[in-house]
Amino acid sequence: MTLGNLLLVAAAVFAIGLYGVLARRHAIGVLLSIELMFNAVNLAIVSFAWSRGLLAGVVLVLFGIAITVAEIAVGLALVLLASRVKKSVILDDLSELKG
Amino acid sequence: MRDFAFFFLSACLLAAAFAVVTARSLFRAVFALSAVLVATAGFYLLLSAPLLAAVQILLYTGGVLTLVVFALVVAGANTEGARWRRPVPAALMSVVVFAALAGSVTKISETVPSGGLESGKDVGLLLFSDYLVPFELLSVLLLGAVFGALLLARKDRPE
Repeated sequence: MTLGNLLLVAAAVFAIGLYGVLARRHAIGVLLSIELMFNAVNLAIVSFAWSRGLLAGVVLVLFGIAITVAEIAVGLALVLLASRVKKSVILDDLSELKG
Repeated sequence: MRDFAFFFLSACLLAAAFAVVTARSLFRAVFALSAVLVATAGFYLLLSAPLLAAVQILLYTGGVLTLVVFALVVAGANTEGARWRRPVPAALMSVVVFAALAGSVTKISETVPSGGLESGKDVGLLLFSDYLVPFELLSVLLLGAVFGALLLARKDRPE
């Protein structure tokens, strides 16, 4: 278990999450993929903290988790609002803003 | 032993992550995401950060996923007619991003880990000394997020 291997795993999870964000059509599916990317970033930060012995990395990840919780709460509220107002949570149906 | 745990956790993490983005049913994707989060908590234990592992399972896996399942039930997990949107460019894009990240990983200098992340007490002391202002700002942010979510999701919106 080396830092390089850990970062490779984190990069792979990040890339998988990116695919989900681009290819999913259900809004909640996109939110789940964003969580996946967030998780990969947290894993990379903790790997660096472990490798360099920096406790500040743990604090940073704690902040990151709290911010993610706030983000997912607002995101799900938006999805619920869309499902009530537009009667759809498929992202292609919510694109009337485009020029 | 440590290496075996690393490979086992990596395999679980990658398989579950793959399931999150490919599962036909979003409920399955949510449960795959919970597997991802638990595997990441395993990584945190392996990286000698037990406090983070506990927070990850309690807050993330417990709290967030309950919220997501609840929203799925309310909003409807209607996946019929909702297949994938341009999967090939998306896969290409993610492969390119992975190649770029993996290319930068090779430039990293390895160090012998010195440890010192285990203590929850030290994390608490750091939170309430050096990082006191960000910590308080975070509580304001969470309050704002709660009010914002309530305002957005409530039924009787004043027009």
